[in-house]
Amino acid sequence: MSDNFPPDQRGPAPEDGTRRSFMKQAGGILGLALAPPFISKAERLTALSRKVEGVSEMQLKVNGTVRTIRAEPRVTLLDALREHLDLTGSKKGCDLGQCGACTVLIDGRRVNSCLTLAVMAQGKEVTTIEGLAKNDELHPLQTAFIKHDGFQCGYCTSGQIMSGVACINEGHASSDDQCREWMSGNLCRCGAYPNIVAAVREVAGNKS
Amino acid sequence: MDIEPTFFDSPGAGGIVGQPLDRVDGRDKVTGKARYAAEFPLPGLVYGVLRTSEIAKGKITRIDTAAAVKEPGVIAIFTHENLPKLAKTPNTPEGKKAIGAPMGFLPLTGNEIHYANQPVAVVVADTFERATHAASLVKVSYEQAQPIASFLDPKAEIFDPQKVQDGKTDGHTRRGNPKSALAASPIQLKATYTHAINNHNPMEPGSTTAHWEAADRVTVYESTQGVTRTQQALSEMLGLPRDQVRVITKYIGGGFGCKGSCWPHTPLTVLAAKAIGRPVKLVLTRPQMFTSMGHREDQTQTLTLGATKEGKLTALIHEKTSTTSPWDNYAESNSKIIDLLYECPNFEATYQLARANVMTSTFMRAPGEAPGSFAIECSMDDLAAQLGMDPIQLRLLNYAEKDPSTGKPWSSKSLKQCYARGAELFGWSKRNPKAGATRDGKYLVGMGMATASYPVHNSQGTARVRLYADGHAVVQSGATDLGTGTYTVMTQVAADSLGLTVDKVRFELGDTRLPTAPNSGGSVAAGTVSSSIYMAAQDVWQKLTKLAVQDKRSPLYRAKPEEVTNEKGRLILKNDKSKGEDFAALMKRLELTDIEGTGNGKYGAGYESGMAASAADSGHKDDAGQHSMHSFGTHFCEVRVDPELGTVRVSRWVSVHAAGRILNAKTARSQIIGGSIFGIGSALMEQTVRDDHFARYTNASLADYHIPVNADIPEMTVEFIDEHDPYINAMGVKGIGEISMVGVAAAVANAVFHATGKRIRSLPITPEKVLNAGIAS
Amino acid sequence: MNNFAYQQVDKPKDATAILRDDKQAAFIAGGTTLLDLMKSNIEQHSQLVDINLLPFKGIEQTSDGLRIGALERMSDVGESRLIVEQYPAISESLLLAASPQLRNMASIGGNLLQRTRCGYFRDPAFPCNKRVPGSGCPAQTGDNHNLAILGVSDSCIANSNPGDLAVALIALDAVLTLENAKGKQRRVPLNSFYLLPGKTPHKENVLEPGELIVAVTVPAAAHARRSTYLKVRERTSYAYALASAAVGLDVQGGTIRSARVALGSVGAQPWRSPEAEKVLTGAPATEATFRAAAAAALRGAQPREHNRYKVELAQNTLVRALTNLTSA
Repeated sequence: MSDNFPPDQRGPAPEDGTRRSFMKQAGGILGLALAPPFISKAERLTALSRKVEGVSEMQLKVNGTVRTIRAEPRVTLLDALREHLDLTGSKKGCDLGQCGACTVLIDGRRVNSCLTLAVMAQGKEVTTIEGLAKNDELHPLQTAFIKHDGFQCGYCTSGQIMSGVACINEGHASSDDQCREWMSGNLCRCGAYPNIVAAVREVAGNKS
Repeated sequence: MDIEPTFFDSPGAGGIVGQPLDRVDGRDKVTGKARYAAEFPLPGLVYGVLRTSEIAKGKITRIDTAAAVKEPGVIAIFTHENLPKLAKTPNTPEGKKAIGAPMGFLPLTGNEIHYANQPVAVVVADTFERATHAASLVKVSYEQAQPIASFLDPKAEIFDPQKVQDGKTDGHTRRGNPKSALAASPIQLKATYTHAINNHNPMEPGSTTAHWEAADRVTVYESTQGVTRTQQALSEMLGLPRDQVRVITKYIGGGFGCKGSCWPHTPLTVLAAKAIGRPVKLVLTRPQMFTSMGHREDQTQTLTLGATKEGKLTALIHEKTSTTSPWDNYAESNSKIIDLLYECPNFEATYQLARANVMTSTFMRAPGEAPGSFAIECSMDDLAAQLGMDPIQLRLLNYAEKDPSTGKPWSSKSLKQCYARGAELFGWSKRNPKAGATRDGKYLVGMGMATASYPVHNSQGTARVRLYADGHAVVQSGATDLGTGTYTVMTQVAADSLGLTVDKVRFELGDTRLPTAPNSGGSVAAGTVSSSIYMAAQDVWQKLTKLAVQDKRSPLYRAKPEEVTNEKGRLILKNDKSKGEDFAALMKRLELTDIEGTGNGKYGAGYESGMAASAADSGHKDDAGQHSMHSFGTHFCEVRVDPELGTVRVSRWVSVHAAGRILNAKTARSQIIGGSIFGIGSALMEQTVRDDHFARYTNASLADYHIPVNADIPEMTVEFIDEHDPYINAMGVKGIGEISMVGVAAAVANAVFHATGKRIRSLPITPEKVLNAGIAS
Repeated sequence: MNNFAYQQVDKPKDATAILRDDKQAAFIAGGTTLLDLMKSNIEQHSQLVDINLLPFKGIEQTSDGLRIGALERMSDVGESRLIVEQYPAISESLLLAASPQLRNMASIGGNLLQRTRCGYFRDPAFPCNKRVPGSGCPAQTGDNHNLAILGVSDSCIANSNPGDLAVALIALDAVLTLENAKGKQRRVPLNSFYLLPGKTPHKENVLEPGELIVAVTVPAAAHARRSTYLKVRERTSYAYALASAAVGLDVQGGTIRSARVALGSVGAQPWRSPEAEKVLTGAPATEATFRAAAAAALRGAQPREHNRYKVELAQNTLVRALTNLTSA
């Protein structure tokens, strides 16, 4: 039997072995109403058992909406978001997993979208900075970033916020030092770190 | 103008300037809506990618593009053999000057290779992936020569330049008679400081999106600190009138100096777009960022200091040797801060350079002041230790009541207050005077401090204010917001100047179609642009006053215009505030929908009228006025050194600065924190390593070139000393972008010395150097 | 990146069959190492075989120890209660590695196959015997400040696997289960999985073409329960080690009954030190013993110009790790 996380931090693992977070549960059903039917995981297995070569159709579920792009298998999720879907909130700072500006959530977990192939993100729930606010209402961490001035130029900000949302959700923001360590995968050259910690800690505190 | 802007002391009375207003662009940035230069989805947009040189010196003998061209989606490949010709290149001194280029060489204009990763081809394809891969398929054959890696290379020839920093600084300066003064000094200290190459590494790489809307008209979305400077450079290179080159920068992901000039990738992208007749986007890769937009040069400084037995400075002799490119005499002007920080009658500075196969270095946050302050502030710490004197006491003993380098009075200087307040906030009095004597478990604990200073540079700009009768205003200036808060603070200034609330003001920037503003660099933007806006608002009020005093229906009818002032959106009589009217009432009555004013904010044109006329000439140098204009401050640092593992961690930090008027307490605090972190990076971890043999970097990535991460940084305390400077500009704003970094490395190094008793004079202070200092044994 | 094909498989034999037929194909799990190398033009592959659906999962207590499926993610393994409590060095090595995002992505198998950060390897413009056999090793006299001092050769001084997990696993006698194209499994101790550079630095491990890492097993032991991992780096987080140490001790009545020692970032491969273990075993758990063990571990060091400091740093790191373990 696998012994992964204390249940109070992560919630029980779903039967299919993938991890889902509140993001998935919160993911809008509304967005699906007008979208083409989304291929379920079981169907996708069959669908993808062939070799994907050259420009092919891919379906990505981003912020609750299924979007179709035509792209080569070498296209990363980051470039799919930025260049194919005009979701430019996720940033390219290094393209090599060394800065965190491209951080998005996949099935609720924070990842570097620059080292994720779009073709491999199919069938998963992708949440980007554009999907965090509910209509006009900002996510509490977005509000806290504004209040605590958790950014200057703004280029690392999307990644910081996505990482911060996950950090809080993981239970890794229960002290300033813990928060600093678990937010260290997101570089900020303007040096907003103390303000980022203040914002993440405030939201983590309000949540607990 | 003869009065301090009226809202100066008004925060409590409803004014917004100075208040910690949330950023007006905050919502765009936290929702991902803010669009940066590579994020404009133009119809037909294609992708450009640079292919760069494997060698650092030699000639291209052949470029074989056959395999690359065959890749699907490839549209064009440009090399030195087919790049369209430019009207001007920076390859001659005249061309460089006209363009305002940072480097006297443009790649792809010939077959010579002068530095590693010099661009040799631009590959354009319909997708980013295809362009990137095709670039790797371009086969370049070289005739290779042995490169020179740095001034330390035995093959390098050291020379004495007439001028450095692109002609802005003399290669040799002397004041008094430093050599004989030194010889006569009972205390003489001589020390050599070395600095690694640093790269700016803003989070957003250099990016250009070029769109030719007609054969002779181009719009460029550019990641630049100055749309005007980029426009000037491109119009010169392309041979187009300025108004046919539009440059747009609505958001920029940091710059720190490397985006202060128009570097080669920009014209190359613009040329490619023209040649293929489609918009082209080119984004530098992170490794390319190390060889495309300049760097802080590798350098060594020797500082010799003479002092009396009491600790009064008698002589300062500074010598710097650094690496420059094959074409340019660039060196940061380290000596300037050393010349003026303390009272010292004798001073000498010498710059030496050596040409190597590197691109030209460029200004990087606090250029000159950052490394210069490292040398002087560590040497002062040495002197204090040698005399058994408190480091702050030593600095007060040598306090410069006027600028030692020019003899002029300061326009304002509140450094003593900074020392006092910083020491209080930090708990400096608890510092054990003895170095190497404070332990906390396995850590050696040290406290250090350093002085910071940065000049108010000469600059001027313009702004336009359009005030509408319905009570809102649109304010424009072609400035940029690097994250410093320009959008926000200018909105605040405009609101108070017009008597409006901030939600009624829209401030627009980042477009060459707007009134011209200076580069956001050298800490000039806040002072110049805010003064321009303030004066544009005054222009509006003067126009309204003229209308009111001629309008029979106005309570101000027949008043003399000079008797009328304004307050919170009302025109009123100076000596009877009850008499007056709202601008809206006046404008509606006169059926004016809107009224426009323009302003020209100038360096030296402060609210003391005497100064304004003489110094407000953009042709004048920084020292043209009757005052020496600088901001001052202090940094206090506590470190914990693990002598066995060699690690140094900053555990406490206090910065106190005096920089004239602070426009927004929140964004200003952030900027000081940010500059301090930038400095902590240079002090403890940042170094670009150039291989001695290949003259090529071995760590050009963000995994291997370390900038601080969140876990490196403790909570930080920042305060400002309230300071009113009547000379610097209309708003009394000095700017804080660079002073935040000055002295930081010295404060850290001084804390390391205090912790360990060992002086490390080589930046960055890595575990390797701490271990080699031999503290543990 | 070159334009590869992509295929997802759900059976090990399908995965290995593709690689048997196509020598240029590669497996992809988390992708954090592979895509980095491909984007940097260090590796090119004709197709990527997505192995994430293979049944190589689970973090389990077995009758004689621990079994980790090769496709488990670093973050899950690092925070597994079983591992935090019973194999702390493994947990610590994982949580001190990379970033939270990368740890969410990277698989255990992939982590063990990461490649050196040597700047000459990472930039195809440089000669490098590891990347292009026979082209030379400029690191010998160049920028070697974070390269290896143990097990190096004139052909290569790279720390071939710069990661943290392998150091902890090697210290605790981990064994890999591998499966080849014929569906045949074999077990290889991690300490003999990696190869020293010698004259063939491009050969980094004993994996056969198309062979998969199925699982990692670690024997239960007192020195595993009392183990720790210490990492020294140039910044506090998100950096490769300058030196690291994984140590496990079984101390009874002040005497060390058994000891496990491995060092990271100082060896050409993650470096198990039987020399240090020999000094420690049967000796009193004192600083003098630790110092002697550290000296023994570094006795064969062959530093170059810029990594000389590592001889002292590695010893101090090891002494500190042992001290932390025995003072806690």
